[in-house]
Amino acid sequence: MSVANRVEAQPSPLLAVKGLMKHFPVGQTLLSKGALVRAVDGIDFAVMPGETLGIVGESGCGKSTAARLVMHLMEPTSGEIRFDGRLVGSSELPLKEFRRQVQMVFQDSYASLNPRLTAEASVSFGPQVHGVGTREAMARAHDLLRRVGLEPSRFAGRYPHELSGGQRQRVNIARALAFEPKLLILDEAVSALDKSVEAQVLNLLLDLKDDFKLTYVFISHDLDVVRFISDRVLVMYLGRVAEIGPSDEVLEQPLHPYTRALLASVPSMDPDNRAAEPPLAGDPPNPINPPSGCRFHPRCSIAEPVCSAREPVYTVRPRGHAIACHAIRPASGHSLGKSQSEEASALAGE
Amino acid sequence: MRMPTTELAERSVMAGDGATMVDVSGLNVGFKNAKGLVRAVNGVDLQLKRGEVLALLGESGSGKSVTLRALIRLNPEHKSIVSGRIVVAGTDVTTLAPEAMQDFRGGVASMIFQDPGLALDPVYRVGDQIAETVMRHKKVSRQEARKRALELFERVRIPSPERRLDAYPHELSGGMRQRAMIALSLSCDPQVLLADEPTTALDATVQIQILLLLRELQRDLGLTVIFVTHDIGVAVEVADRIAVMYAGRIVETGPVAEVIRGARHPYTLGLLATRAHGGRLQGRRLRTIPGNPPDLASLPPGCPFAPRCSSVEARCREIEPPLVELGPAHRMRCVLGT
Ligand SMILES: Nc1ncnc2c1ncn2[C@@H]1O[C@H](COP(=O)(O)OP(=O)(O)OP(=O)(O)O)[C@@H](O)[C@H]1O
Ligand SMILES: Nc1ncnc2c1ncn2[C@@H]1O[C@H](COP(=O)(O)OP(=O)(O)OP(=O)(O)O)[C@@H](O)[C@H]1O
Ligand code: SF4
Ligand SMILES: [Mg+2]
Ligand SMILES: [Mg+2]
Repeated sequence: MSVANRVEAQPSPLLAVKGLMKHFPVGQTLLSKGALVRAVDGIDFAVMPGETLGIVGESGCGKSTAARLVMHLMEPTSGEIRFDGRLVGSSELPLKEFRRQVQMVFQDSYASLNPRLTAEASVSFGPQVHGVGTREAMARAHDLLRRVGLEPSRFAGRYPHELSGGQRQRVNIARALAFEPKLLILDEAVSALDKSVEAQVLNLLLDLKDDFKLTYVFISHDLDVVRFISDRVLVMYLGRVAEIGPSDEVLEQPLHPYTRALLASVPSMDPDNRAAEPPLAGDPPNPINPPSGCRFHPRCSIAEPVCSAREPVYTVRPRGHAIACHAIRPASGHSLGKSQSEEASALAGE
Repeated sequence: MRMPTTELAERSVMAGDGATMVDVSGLNVGFKNAKGLVRAVNGVDLQLKRGEVLALLGESGSGKSVTLRALIRLNPEHKSIVSGRIVVAGTDVTTLAPEAMQDFRGGVASMIFQDPGLALDPVYRVGDQIAETVMRHKKVSRQEARKRALELFERVRIPSPERRLDAYPHELSGGMRQRAMIALSLSCDPQVLLADEPTTALDATVQIQILLLLRELQRDLGLTVIFVTHDIGVAVEVADRIAVMYAGRIVETGPVAEVIRGARHPYTLGLLATRAHGGRLQGRRLRTIPGNPPDLASLPPGCPFAPRCSSVEARCREIEPPLVELGPAHRMRCVLGT
């Protein structure tokens, strides 16, 4: 089933984020005002029930901050988050109720488990706090451990240091599922795992998604993994969305120069076709003083004067594929924007 | 046998093209702990000619770093038991006296790491650190050493190099710190570069810059390189040959193209199949290697991969898998080829 069909069948998103912003003040002293880290600087996106949204972008572009904001682990500077159509943190959907329905799994499987709790205790702890009886919570924990591939007779009584990295990550996933969430946010959840173990955990995530009717937000810097698991992909650059859309379009026919460069940076696995030139020069810039206009312009190979002068608006193409770049927008003032008359008519037809 | 380093360097330079720069055979490294002996490296053989680049590929705990460190005796000597032949640039590393070993590190073979913090001291300016190292090894004036540091910064393409020499490591971005570490590692004209996952912590966009830089430096300086990585894609991007490690052994080795397209060892095949690669796979289950690597403190008899191998036979659990020739430079350790 294509994403477009699904969108038509279920038109209301499970998660809708609008104008989300988080600015961190840094270096403030009595005498100086300090600077502002614009970690997340106005992002919009929606996640449909049952789909997986992948989020990619270089280190420091704001992926984890965005995830923490969605989880309400920190107050946003501004913006709103709706879950199932209800405003999170308002009387429509109090935080306590929201938190049960959204769970998060982090990269560092060791740090996120309590070293003094066995696997079964870790998994049954949350439900017990929420009033589930000990015996039932324990039975459910054993079920879940079995479900994530950890046979309770062997693993239920083990402490984190007695488990491998992949096994610990399975405990973390079981623990998140114990709350029976609708949405699971996975922040670099497989990044610390070896490739062979990563593949096991990715398969597990696919199975669990079907069995428990889950929706995923999957954050990773590994484009191969994101391509494998995502229905739609959001590409972040310096606190903003550069491009978002169905993963077959964004990752197979990227339109934003940044997405292209990001994809071209992934090793090809072809010994006869090694990279000759790095697709991007320099390190990802700092979100303290983002460049004017399009934030990508200092590193963009097709930047023109308009790019530093004005911020690009989103060009929205069919299937909800949106791109923030002057070069693909007719009449933007970018020389490449003019030549795209077919695209202009596609837009007019929307 | 001991020699002053200058003599060493001359001898190696005179050895000319095609000289064997790394000659390791039957290398074993074990670590003593409360439970017994952790057998980290078990019978590794490595031969590299001048100017060759070998990628040592394997998953966590397979013994890549321990092997690399053994080449310049960086494993803790009191805790480890090392045996086998280790000859680097014509020098028997196992018999070097401590001071000669110091000169050897950096002067003949130098190492770069995933974490530049292991090479760069946080409390000194990076330029001073390089100059100090040059002065110590080359016995030149501070002024000359400083000039050399600047040259190196230009060489590794650090923008505004003059200004950056006065920076502390934390003032540099991740990619730039990595470049500074590479500059430091090249400061005393080594012939062998040992790279332990130097790009693993970097973004793909910065990783490819550093890989291309290393390739260029290798070519221009004629370096012999062992590049440790767990990423096949990275191995393909930098190396001439790949050696795949599992449980402290090299299970398959060969020219990059042959290993990628004609892998034969079940573990190599498994690794290639588990990569979530290409859009074709989207949503379909990945092929996986079941189970976990073995406990190095109690290795099973026979092939260490047997418990996870889909082609396992009874004899795999009994005999040491033989070394099988698959092509001119393509070999594996597995009963399947016999
Ligand atoms: N509590 C904080 N105070 C100040 N700055 C912060 C804070 N948390 C994050 N930042 C900054 O915000 C920016 C975005 O950070 P974030 O962790 O969201 O990035 P990321 O995309 O998840 O990166 P990575 O891929 O490295 O995990 C970074 O520049 C970071 O240094
Ligand atoms: N100093 C040490 N003391 C005891 N055991 C050690 C020591 N150094 C390494 N080991 C053990 O030797 C084995 C091989 O370690 P090594 O660091 O070579 O793995 P690796 O292949 O480099 O893995 P990674 O990809 O995680 O870096 C591991 O089981 C490790 O725990
Ligand atoms: S708006 Fe300009 S600078 Fe930004 S990505 Fe497009 S072409 Fe490049
Ligand atoms: Mg993050
Ligand atoms: Mg290592």
